[in-house]
Amino acid sequence: MIGKAKLKAIADTVLSAAQADQTEVLVAGQDLALTRFAANNIHQNVSETDVSVRVRSVVGKKIGVASSNDISPESLKRLVQKAETIASFQQENPEFVSLPEPLPIQEVDSYSESTAMCSAVARAKGVGAILDMSRSNNLVASGAFSTGTEEMMVANSLGISAYHGGTMATVMTVVMSENSSGYAADCAQDVENLDLSEIGRIAVDKAIRSKNPSSIDPGAYTVILEEDAVGTMMFYLGYLGFSALAVQEKRSFMSGRIGEKVTGDNISIWDDGFDPRGVRLPFDFEGVPKQKVMLIENGIARNAVYDSATAAREPGKTSTGHGLPAPNTMGPLPINLIMQPGSASKEEMIASTKKGIWVTRFHYVNPVHPVKAILTGMTRDGTFLIENGKITRPLKNLRFTQSILEAFANAEMLGKELKVIKMGFGNFASCAPAAKINNFTFTGTTEF
Amino acid sequence: MRNFTERALDVAQSKGATYADIRIVRRENQNVTVKNGIVQTLSLDDDFGFGVRVIADGAWGFASSSRLTEEEIDRIAAQAVTIAKASALTKEADVQIGPSEVHVDTYKTPMEIDPFEVSLENKIDVLMEADKEARAVKGVAVAQGTMGFLRETKTFASSEGSYIEQTLVESGLGITVRAVGEGEMQQRSYPNSFGRHQGTAGYEFITKWDLPGNARQAGEEVVALLSAPQCPSKTTTLILDGPQLGLQVHESCGHPIELDRVYGTEAAYAGTSFLTPEKFGTFRYGSDIVNLVSDAVTPGGLGTYGYDDEGVPAQTTDIVRDGMFVGYLTSRETASQLRKTHPDAPERSNGCMRADGWNRVPIIRMNNVSLKPGEPTLDELIADTDDGIYMLTNKSWSIDDKRLNFQFGTELAYEIKNGKLGQVVKNATYTGITPQFWGSCDAICNADHWNVWGTPNCGKGQPGQVAHTGHGTAPARFRNVQVGLMS
Repeated sequence: MIGKAKLKAIADTVLSAAQADQTEVLVAGQDLALTRFAANNIHQNVSETDVSVRVRSVVGKKIGVASSNDISPESLKRLVQKAETIASFQQENPEFVSLPEPLPIQEVDSYSESTAMCSAVARAKGVGAILDMSRSNNLVASGAFSTGTEEMMVANSLGISAYHGGTMATVMTVVMSENSSGYAADCAQDVENLDLSEIGRIAVDKAIRSKNPSSIDPGAYTVILEEDAVGTMMFYLGYLGFSALAVQEKRSFMSGRIGEKVTGDNISIWDDGFDPRGVRLPFDFEGVPKQKVMLIENGIARNAVYDSATAAREPGKTSTGHGLPAPNTMGPLPINLIMQPGSASKEEMIASTKKGIWVTRFHYVNPVHPVKAILTGMTRDGTFLIENGKITRPLKNLRFTQSILEAFANAEMLGKELKVIKMGFGNFASCAPAAKINNFTFTGTTEF
Repeated sequence: MRNFTERALDVAQSKGATYADIRIVRRENQNVTVKNGIVQTLSLDDDFGFGVRVIADGAWGFASSSRLTEEEIDRIAAQAVTIAKASALTKEADVQIGPSEVHVDTYKTPMEIDPFEVSLENKIDVLMEADKEARAVKGVAVAQGTMGFLRETKTFASSEGSYIEQTLVESGLGITVRAVGEGEMQQRSYPNSFGRHQGTAGYEFITKWDLPGNARQAGEEVVALLSAPQCPSKTTTLILDGPQLGLQVHESCGHPIELDRVYGTEAAYAGTSFLTPEKFGTFRYGSDIVNLVSDAVTPGGLGTYGYDDEGVPAQTTDIVRDGMFVGYLTSRETASQLRKTHPDAPERSNGCMRADGWNRVPIIRMNNVSLKPGEPTLDELIADTDDGIYMLTNKSWSIDDKRLNFQFGTELAYEIKNGKLGQVVKNATYTGITPQFWGSCDAICNADHWNVWGTPNCGKGQPGQVAHTGHGTAPARFRNVQVGLMS
């Protein structure tokens, strides 16, 4: 952990050297380690230490951005000059209004000493628990166990000075037999709260239960999606539709439909960087505090998320604290999505299903039709047939091609528990329940 | 740099490493984006650091830092050994990397015009002109043009005695235009999608692809797409253009021939491969006319370099010869592993290990994985097709974790009727199973249509790494393909 004082000193050096009308500095610190395993052995075991500095200089309405990971005072001054020189070459951006003004930011404690200090030996021992379980069942385990700290300081010449640092420990594994696989994953601020033996047990159990899968014809089925699969759908809904830029450019399913029904009544999704159930991040990459933004409420499209640029395009709008690092052509993005859980257990979902398909998670998902939120992707690592209220046999994997909005219009039951679904390093995570969805369209099959 | 590299290798070996290498890497990126007549991005990014990779107690360790000082070299080299020894706690066998590789050399990307010497005003002017051309077409809602330039300088040194300095330069450009209607959004890109087409080249690459001269056509095509009928759902003959075929090669050939995937080392993330070792040299991958090669030497290819990040020289490998699967992309470790079961396999790595910067460990990556050209022209191919669909430029992609079942969508498609291009259809998709699909390939266009398409966004590994790969293709025809699955 580099600490607030050192990151603030870097930001202060940049701002004191700045000559532009407005200047923003984003300092990111990382001390990360990852132990990767495959074929029941640790095969990649890595660590990195880095501090990077990104400067956005504004001269009139001309904007230049430069970044470097050389944090010597001389280099920082050169970096400022570089950003200002770039800005001077620019043409004016008539849409630019101002960098954000400072607002009060609530601090959140995201730090765990045990995670920050976790050693390579400790990670190897944790991984060893999964490998032992895999070997003793004649299976093959692969996966990754990562620990580390990430810090961010955003400051600008208008007075923003925001710091957040935290730790994260993440584990995921795929355990395979010759013709089956099982998956499990978890993440926590405190590595002590991760139970790697339990992760291994879940994956091993699923790899054993999914041996010798059989085929099923493509078609529309009732599905029970585990939390990872629902989290993937939420991520794409955010990516395709919840950004104010997508709405403004009329490429979102929300464009012209705010206040209209877009999913079933039981679907509510919001973004909240402060919810302790998720991965917390109190402000965005422009230093604007994160607001809780209701995106879909009881099936009704309510709001999009904004950064300072998209807010400036609409009278009366302010940034909701969802800006990404400059320069940003993607627009704002919700990165702490939460779905309102339901009241069902997974056992109740299975028991209520006459014929359906259990999906552990999806693989290689991509949009086919962004405005209709149609995705395609494969099932992976544990797909099962449900018949007359029971899981009866494992299935070979299937390809789905399905509108997420239509799927969420057909969500008969939602799980009562939320699981944090982490998307790589950083604070990108969704809190998702399991879901029972009717008429989910599978369009193809594969050979395993 | 030699004082730093020697110090790192000495420290690593003194701490117990039986093999060590160090890479010192600087990356400079320049990006310019113009969107609807406004310069949205003008940025210069500079990233520098070093990574030390070791084998100790028979296992791998890697540590990296952005601070190149003697003290940090000592700390990181020692940390890499500590990590390797922790890796060894779970090992079943010692890592083997085969015969030593000792090379002292330098390599620089050949180019005519250093893109970092071209003024920003010039680049902005080109993008502004393209933007103006695209938006001159009524109905174009968004035009976004981009240029990107990368200069990577890296020094590799190993405990075996290698010392290699490389400077790689890439130039890329592209424009994407969008039109929106009721519940519909269409896009068209030039020269390729994903924001840009890229190669190892200087600014002459930008001039060659002439963004302003092609932007208006992209605008006209995207507006036509809005009112086009939906791609029909049927089994038919499919012709793919070069860029789409490039991604087809990337996903259904390039990834499954990565030998690390085959051995399961990417199983938890990117997946494994259907091209398991018993298929090596015996499996029919495609029809007789399908010939695929991997190389890191094609001039201008995005996967072209002098040495990989294990210090192995760039080379060419046959992957599919006359339809038969005959080659993998390898590392020193996986080449050694393959020899244990296939004594006829090459003894040495074919040089495909690359890392996404100083803070990532090298993994097997595609260089230029390319389909060799055939005989006909594109006009002859279309004239020879009674009924089918011609699909151009990728829009969506997905493939299973063994690289068998795929589904792609393209930006633009034309019906083919009686040997002629017919009406435009929108939201075109096609799907298939890899060996069946390549087995149905019955024609590949000639070398005049062949180009190496750059894919600058290939993701793999944990922590995530992005690689730049190239794919040489000419349009090709496939029979009995399921198209138009989208509801």
